[in-house]
Amino acid sequence: MDFLNAFVALLNFVIIPATAYGAQLALGALGVTLIYGILRFSNFAHGDTMAFGTMVVILCTWGLQALGMDGIGPLPTALLALPVGIAATGLLVIGTDRAVYRFYRTQKAKPVIYVIASLGVMFIMNGIVRFIIGVDDQRFGDGERFIISARTFREMTGLEEGLAFRTSQGLTIAVAVIAVVLLFWFLNRTRTGKSMRAFSDNEDLALLSGINPERVVMITWLIVAALATTAGVLYGLDKSFKPFTYFQLLLPIFAAAIVGGLGNPVGAILGGFVIAFSEVGVTYAFRKVVTYLAPGGWEPEGLLQLLSTDYKFAVSFGILLIVLLFRPTGIMKGKSV
Amino acid sequence: MSTAPDQTRPATSGLPAAQSFDRRAALLFALVALLFIGTGFMQSWNTTLTILNMGLVSAIMALGVNMQWGYAGLFNVGIMGFVALGGLAAVLVSMPPVGEAWAAGGLRVLLGLVLGAATIVAAILAYMRLPVGRMRTLAMLVILVGGFILYRRVFDAGVAAVEAIDPATTGYLGGLGLPIILAWPVGGLLAAGAAWIIGKTALGLRSDYLAIATLGISEIIIAVLKNEDWLARGVKNVTGLPRPVPYEIDLQANERFLAFADRIGADPVTFSSITVKLSYAALFVVVLLTLIWLSEKAWNSPWGRMMRAIRDNEVSASAMGKDVKARHLQVFILGSAIVGMAGAMMTTLDSQLVPGTYQPLRFTFLVWVMVIVGGSGNNWGAVLGGFLIWWLWIQVEPLGTLLMQGITAGMSEDAWLRNHLLDSAAYMRLFTMGVILLLVLRFSPRGLIPER
Repeated sequence: MDFLNAFVALLNFVIIPATAYGAQLALGALGVTLIYGILRFSNFAHGDTMAFGTMVVILCTWGLQALGMDGIGPLPTALLALPVGIAATGLLVIGTDRAVYRFYRTQKAKPVIYVIASLGVMFIMNGIVRFIIGVDDQRFGDGERFIISARTFREMTGLEEGLAFRTSQGLTIAVAVIAVVLLFWFLNRTRTGKSMRAFSDNEDLALLSGINPERVVMITWLIVAALATTAGVLYGLDKSFKPFTYFQLLLPIFAAAIVGGLGNPVGAILGGFVIAFSEVGVTYAFRKVVTYLAPGGWEPEGLLQLLSTDYKFAVSFGILLIVLLFRPTGIMKGKSV
Repeated sequence: MSTAPDQTRPATSGLPAAQSFDRRAALLFALVALLFIGTGFMQSWNTTLTILNMGLVSAIMALGVNMQWGYAGLFNVGIMGFVALGGLAAVLVSMPPVGEAWAAGGLRVLLGLVLGAATIVAAILAYMRLPVGRMRTLAMLVILVGGFILYRRVFDAGVAAVEAIDPATTGYLGGLGLPIILAWPVGGLLAAGAAWIIGKTALGLRSDYLAIATLGISEIIIAVLKNEDWLARGVKNVTGLPRPVPYEIDLQANERFLAFADRIGADPVTFSSITVKLSYAALFVVVLLTLIWLSEKAWNSPWGRMMRAIRDNEVSASAMGKDVKARHLQVFILGSAIVGMAGAMMTTLDSQLVPGTYQPLRFTFLVWVMVIVGGSGNNWGAVLGGFLIWWLWIQVEPLGTLLMQGITAGMSEDAWLRNHLLDSAAYMRLFTMGVILLLVLRFSPRGLIPER
């Protein structure tokens, strides 16, 4: 019984939250890695792209809620608004590409120039998002809150420890799986996806075989917009939406992409989960779990928490550093320009 | 690595010692000076001096970043962290030590830190000395885990003891009680130490990796400042730092000062505040001019030429026998030290350390806008950018509010949109900075005062 209780506590406080968070990071890191693979620069505006997409979704959700909608059955209304958010973000990033990045492509500028340009884009998107929705926390979730609540779980199983599985967590995992399956189907099975991979592997050869670079770039941005908006909305539903938090997500997302190997989509997903599980695992106080497992009289005194939750950035950073030092191309082999 | 994708050097300025402060630069500086003077007439001289003082600090930060980016092409986006370390130095140097806290657990905290550092050093030594194999991994794990447990045992109790001492007013170890001016070089040293650690690990990898690593370390430094209450009171802030210049109150009580104010016909209160600001400005100007002079010397020296050679073509520079990695590390540390010094100066100016105010947009990316707009690879350009962008950063807000008032003039008083637009005017500055950065990068990629 104690063993089961310990397992349920671990599931409830570490495994489920980390899986949901990992799925959100993986979607974000996929966006970063795709841009890196096709456009060959690290996009510092990615966090703010996520914030923009989420903002549009929130505004639409509020509109729908004002019309009297309260979730699509058990699911949040935000899902209905998601396509609108993706479309708006798609327009924004393609517009940005036309106005900013395309010029540097024709100039064949160095990657670092793109990065600086993306800083400018970051400022602008930051300004737009804050201008429209402000800097405060926004909640926009509705529908059923729990798939299983701690109370029902206790009644069902008779265990001391409760297990809560929130709709937003289940939704995150389900949507992330669908998005990843769609993405890989697209990259591996369709003609356009194949041309994207070819372009990423060898630009010159791809140009030689008649692939239109502008089309590849445009489709990349569209996919990135979809991924970023989805990741942002899922994160917002799971936690809450605050522009500055989204900007700060940049660090774990980059860490995930680099740990997995920049430019490698499978690596980005893996990296997302590595970062999420380490972050949650290192900052979780294991006292409860150990107390269940330890024989009587051996209960731990301290919290058994390796690091306080405020240092979660240090975790992503530490992993990043270790990977950079021992395996600079990432776990799965990424590009190294 | 150069800023400009299409960097075409003018044929006339091929000489390395060409004057970097020419007529164009003088004209631009005069224009920026006009902006400040205009502020004095339009708003108030007090405002002008406030902007000027932070402008001076910003110019020093830009100078440091320009050293990394303009001289060596290193992309550092962790400026905020180095600025904050400078701020920490100001607290550690100038605040009086808290005797009780030291007695309660000060040595224990220090011992804990030493143990932590020793663990890391031992692990690194084990990694370098032991033969490759499973034994080495095992040994490193044992050292790290054992060391960590030992460190937490010693450290946690010390921290708890220190933080329990009068948490409402102190609850930290305090500083050394030395004059705060000393904090400026100390801030530089702290930042240099952090830069050494980063540089050792992330330099030599790709440029993006250095960017991410610096971004990460700056967030961690802020997290440490916010959470380690024994160090600098965390989010409870340290206020009332001693000043290197007189206090307004003392000036207002000073007979000779009052007589002087009377003679020039000034209001003693305003005049005392202006005097204090001018004293700060004088100190900052001395530092800035010294740094510019040193930077210009370095730029025109064989060392400066070597740095540019490395920046423009690492392969051929290393073929000529230059140690690219060591030079990068060197210039990275130098630049960070300057930024750290500026950070200490800023905290001195504010007389308080508020970790919550360190925001990457303001302290990292805004400094980047200064360097790019001013002219990377030109010390005077970076300084100009520092003044100009800081002035804009401050003035865009009232301008934005004016604009919004103009736009919303026709709307009714309680219209939702009107209030929203007026409230949001403050965020115009982010937007404006982004637009300025993109415009300069596109149409004048070498900045206002280009590299010579």
